[in-house]
Amino acid sequence: MSLDKAAVRAIAELARIEVADEELDHLAGELSGILHFVEQLAEVDTTGIAPMSSVADLTLPMRKDEVTDGGQVAAVLANAPAADDGFFTVPKVVE
Amino acid sequence: MTELTKLTIAQARDQMAKGAFTASELTEAHIRAMEAKRDLNAYITETADLAREQAKASDLRRQAGKAGALEGIPLGIKDLFCTKGVQTTAASRILQGFKPPYESTVSGKLLDAGAVTLGKLNLDEFAMGSSNMTSAYGKVTNPWKSKSEPAKQLVPGGSSGGSAAAVAARIAMGATGTDTGGSIRQPAAFCGITGIKPTYGRCSRWGIVAFASSLDQAGPMARDVRDCAIMLGAMAGHDPKDSTSAPMPVPNFEAALTGDIRGLKVGIPKEYRPDGLSDEIQAVWEQGIQWLKEAGATPVEISLPHTKYALPTYYIVAPAEASSNLARYDGLRFGLRVEGKTLDDMYKKTRAAGFGAEVRRRIMIGTYVLSAGYYDAYYSKAQKVRRLIAEDFTKAFQQVDVILTPTAPSAAFGMDENTDDPVTMWLNDVFTIPTSLAGLPGLSLPAGLNASGLPLGLQLIGRPFDEETVFKVAGVMESAAQFTAVPEGV
Repeated sequence: MSLDKAAVRAIAELARIEVADEELDHLAGELSGILHFVEQLAEVDTTGIAPMSSVADLTLPMRKDEVTDGGQVAAVLANAPAADDGFFTVPKVVE
Repeated sequence: MTELTKLTIAQARDQMAKGAFTASELTEAHIRAMEAKRDLNAYITETADLAREQAKASDLRRQAGKAGALEGIPLGIKDLFCTKGVQTTAASRILQGFKPPYESTVSGKLLDAGAVTLGKLNLDEFAMGSSNMTSAYGKVTNPWKSKSEPAKQLVPGGSSGGSAAAVAARIAMGATGTDTGGSIRQPAAFCGITGIKPTYGRCSRWGIVAFASSLDQAGPMARDVRDCAIMLGAMAGHDPKDSTSAPMPVPNFEAALTGDIRGLKVGIPKEYRPDGLSDEIQAVWEQGIQWLKEAGATPVEISLPHTKYALPTYYIVAPAEASSNLARYDGLRFGLRVEGKTLDDMYKKTRAAGFGAEVRRRIMIGTYVLSAGYYDAYYSKAQKVRRLIAEDFTKAFQQVDVILTPTAPSAAFGMDENTDDPVTMWLNDVFTIPTSLAGLPGLSLPAGLNASGLPLGLQLIGRPFDEETVFKVAGVMESAAQFTAVPEGV
């Protein structure tokens, strides 16, 4: 599968990464090269094989549904680039 | 006092127990060495004052008879582990200024064992790389030099390149690394040190900046097998905060170093001899097989038929997981923020400015293989092939106790090499990635020098949660190899 400029623009949009128009050609070439490399998996017969999402042979442990932590507003906000009155702040989203 | 930096962790531990010197003296020697070797760029953040305080506290604990397993041992921490109140960057601009309000489980356990932390070690950005060239904080220089081209700057490998360079240059007695596809083992091989990626689930991932969560695993990097065993003992253990951490007891890894491997069967996978494998790698591998035979083990040829598909499988699974994990860098809660007119505009500008080229590339590939219409063809397919790769190992371990392979297809390369095509760079991890996909423990130890005087590593792979056999065999190989070479200036 080769990606064209429009496809790269769409992927960048999904990934929320701004890409300048003049970078699209280069990226299309690189990403197409990678896809070409991984497409050799098509030759492996995987009929009847279940996808493996983790090697950990564990069932997710259950725990009591109780509050174990909290009241950390200052610590949570300490690294925020912009915060106000106990909240993270974002550009205006509602007119 | 410079001699203090030449000791192993075990030697320093035993001598401090006898009162030969204090943690403060040992720490001071390492701080001076660290400051003298800043040209390597191994550390992103030095924490000398913190180290001095920790060393003083350690000396008091020892006086009170409360010495831990790593009491007073100065270590470096890969800058992927969150450290309370100390900047944690993942070598990315996007985490600029981030000071975690908490300590990762693994680094916390090292502190609980009495360790002193010298600072945060450089790495490839978000641990994505095999050369440490993708760090936003600059490349790391391998302390080893080629005899044939002494002026050439070599990479330390990656992603734990700062960790490997620091341990090799004696500016940390040991270091934490993380390994997703070879990031402990390949740099250990390039820098002539020992490192182990334990079984997936052996160490908690809590508080480690996530790259690919089904593969990421922390492990120790140190100067010999015993030091790795001591460090892993302190790092490992179940953590309720990581649901994939294994609820299993931690064995005494150091006690596994019995020196007796008589009767063990060692698998030699025929698929790890691809056409074009260099003569020097072949030769060191043959030598390793010979050492094990002489110690009473039996080499057995095995087949891991899906080996050639490990790299393409990894380069679907890892970017897919990375694209999800790195969605959290949104300019909102921590790190860099570039203002935009709208919320989406802010996300896009922040992420474009904050991520480097390799990280952007992997996020985009991951986004694509997970997107509607392509998920089954790429991601689901890769997950199925991953199972076949893991089953190859399961079958092999019905016949053998441990597997021996080279760690990397070459010795350390130059900083200007392998940079044109991302796929060429990825080939560095061809021998380490299958183990990661199968979640198995893999250890790299230095086995010899090539014609240019650069270290070459061999890898031992074990059954799940059988690090003890890996350590035992590694101990025997280390005794046979007598690897005493050090980089210049050490």
